[in-house]
Amino acid sequence: MIKIVDVTKTYNTGKVKFQALKGVSLDIEKGEFVAIIGPSGSGKSTLMNIIGCLDLPTTGKYYFEDKEINNYRENQLADIRNKKIGFIFQKFNLLSNLNTLENVELPLIYRGMDEKQRKEKALKLLQNVGLSNHLNHTPSELSGGQQQRVAIARALAGEPQIILADEPTGNLDTKSGKEVLSILKELNRKGTTIILITHDMEVAESAKRIVTIRDGLILEERVV
Amino acid sequence: MDFKMAIKVALKNIRTNKMRTFLTMLGIIIGVSAVIILVSVAQGTTENITKRIESLGTNLLSISIRGRGTEDSISMEEIEKLKNKKGIDSVAPVVNGNVTVKYETETMDVTLEGVDQNYSNVRNHHSEYGRAINPIDVEYRQKIVLLGSEVKNELFGDANPIGEKIQINGNDFKVVGVLEEKGSSLGGNNDEKILIPISTAQRFLRTTGIRNIYIQATSADIVEDVQVEVENFLLKKFNNDEDAYRVFNQAEMLSTMGEVTNNMTMMLGGIAAISLLVGGIGIMNIMLVSVTERTREIGIRKAIGAKRKDILIQFLLESAVISGLGGLIGVLLGIGGSDLITRFFSLNTKISPFILIISYSFSIIVGMFFGIYPASKASKLKPVDALRFE
Ligand SMILES: Nc1ncnc2c1ncn2[C@@H]1O[C@H](COP(=O)(O)OP(=O)(O)O)[C@@H](O)[C@H]1O
Ligand SMILES: [Mg+2]
Repeated sequence: MIKIVDVTKTYNTGKVKFQALKGVSLDIEKGEFVAIIGPSGSGKSTLMNIIGCLDLPTTGKYYFEDKEINNYRENQLADIRNKKIGFIFQKFNLLSNLNTLENVELPLIYRGMDEKQRKEKALKLLQNVGLSNHLNHTPSELSGGQQQRVAIARALAGEPQIILADEPTGNLDTKSGKEVLSILKELNRKGTTIILITHDMEVAESAKRIVTIRDGLILEERVV
Repeated sequence: MDFKMAIKVALKNIRTNKMRTFLTMLGIIIGVSAVIILVSVAQGTTENITKRIESLGTNLLSISIRGRGTEDSISMEEIEKLKNKKGIDSVAPVVNGNVTVKYETETMDVTLEGVDQNYSNVRNHHSEYGRAINPIDVEYRQKIVLLGSEVKNELFGDANPIGEKIQINGNDFKVVGVLEEKGSSLGGNNDEKILIPISTAQRFLRTTGIRNIYIQATSADIVEDVQVEVENFLLKKFNNDEDAYRVFNQAEMLSTMGEVTNNMTMMLGGIAAISLLVGGIGIMNIMLVSVTERTREIGIRKAIGAKRKDILIQFLLESAVISGLGGLIGVLLGIGGSDLITRFFSLNTKISPFILIISYSFSIIVGMFFGIYPASKASKLKPVDALRFE
């Protein structure tokens, strides 16, 4: 489902060029639960941005569902993000002036779903993560764990094939972190492909395959 | 993204920054209300001027003779000739001079006009009460007089002057009528004059020659033809000396005045429109700030599938809502403002629906136009860069 071949990514920061990925190849099949682990600054997020079609590689090929997307236009990439991928971020990235329900509705709005349908759907998703009593709360009125659960509901709203989670437990206490991981496991059990990015070995153990990355290169791959 | 949702988001963002949005709106509010007030004053004034010119009489040509050598006026015989020309409805000759009128102890310096029965129709100046000057008054050189409304007020106050005797330069005249109030027009004050039969005036002022003539054409369309004919007639009479006479065309005057007042309206409207433009720059400024502040929001929206178009519309709509709301308030203030001006400065104002629509649409166009750059800047942000923004 995802195939990246010899991908590099170079950042131009003023005069200095920095190569964050130095030739990474990776295959991820449908239904897998992969953890990408590595220390801070090793290029995990850079890799995730490329996998998530938020950014394009500098060199190398990226095939999404067997289609090369290197020269896709912005709108086509936006469509993939909207319909195929669900994002979960370390900092939740909810919109602060929208309430819980509206945040979950957002991907469906960009998909053009009508209001009644998307409200129903968002409501159901929030029930699944146990937040049906917090529909009118804004993010600042929720705890970190609750916010991340809203973010998960939002990621699931579009019924994506892949969930990309970049340090989803990084800003959470242990208990909330465990909750989030068990939600991800449950999703994977139902068939969703999950890519989990972390620097924490304990967290990575939730996955079925662990890819270790260091200084922009894949160090080892290990099946749990 | 659907339109309703986009409007909702725009309103939400506006509400979270009330003070800032209000100050931004103020530019548009002032701009729109200034356009409406200034243009309404200009149009009110135009209306006044047009009414006054029209009230001088329609289809009117006025002729004043300066003369050439000893030929310094037109005779009654020549006027009879003029009357028979094609397209001329009636001719009203006037003999005039300055006199002092006296009633009991009140005296007043006024303009005296000797006129015939045609005058009231041609000049569109009728008697308020009493009677007009009749052919028989002219024929028998009656010593009767019609008073202008101010003359009547000055000499008689509220009393009824009909049938009373006044002295004009010491001669007794009987008051038979009072003219309707006309206000001043371009030719001077119409209410500080008195009218007597032309034959009486000729003897009284010791002049038979006529130097002022008003001619009414049968219709507005042929006023210009009549003007040419009259000018030819006068040219012949004064041996090709064009300086010996002057022919004024009322319609021409009206259109010249129309041009002048139109220019005035455009100028005032233009000046006010500039302030609207400045308001637009204010919107652009605040939208640019808003784009920077909301970089992360833009990144999040893009990450979950917002297209360039969606972001563009969102920000454009926001500036449109700011300017639209400001425009609406501006329209209300403009209407209220010109009403106050009419009330407290007794200036005639006229608000046409046209100017309301124009100024309102202009405010939205300004908002959209100055919103384009910030919106396109927002829409072009790369999702990764926007997400990294703190
Ligand atoms: N947009 C960017 N511009 C410049 N340098 C960047 C950018 N994004 C990441 N980097 C650099 O690339 C390296 C890898 O970053 P990242 O992929 O975020 O690491 P990780 O997520 O593993 O901590 C870091 O040194 C970071 O400073
Ligand atoms: Mg990272």
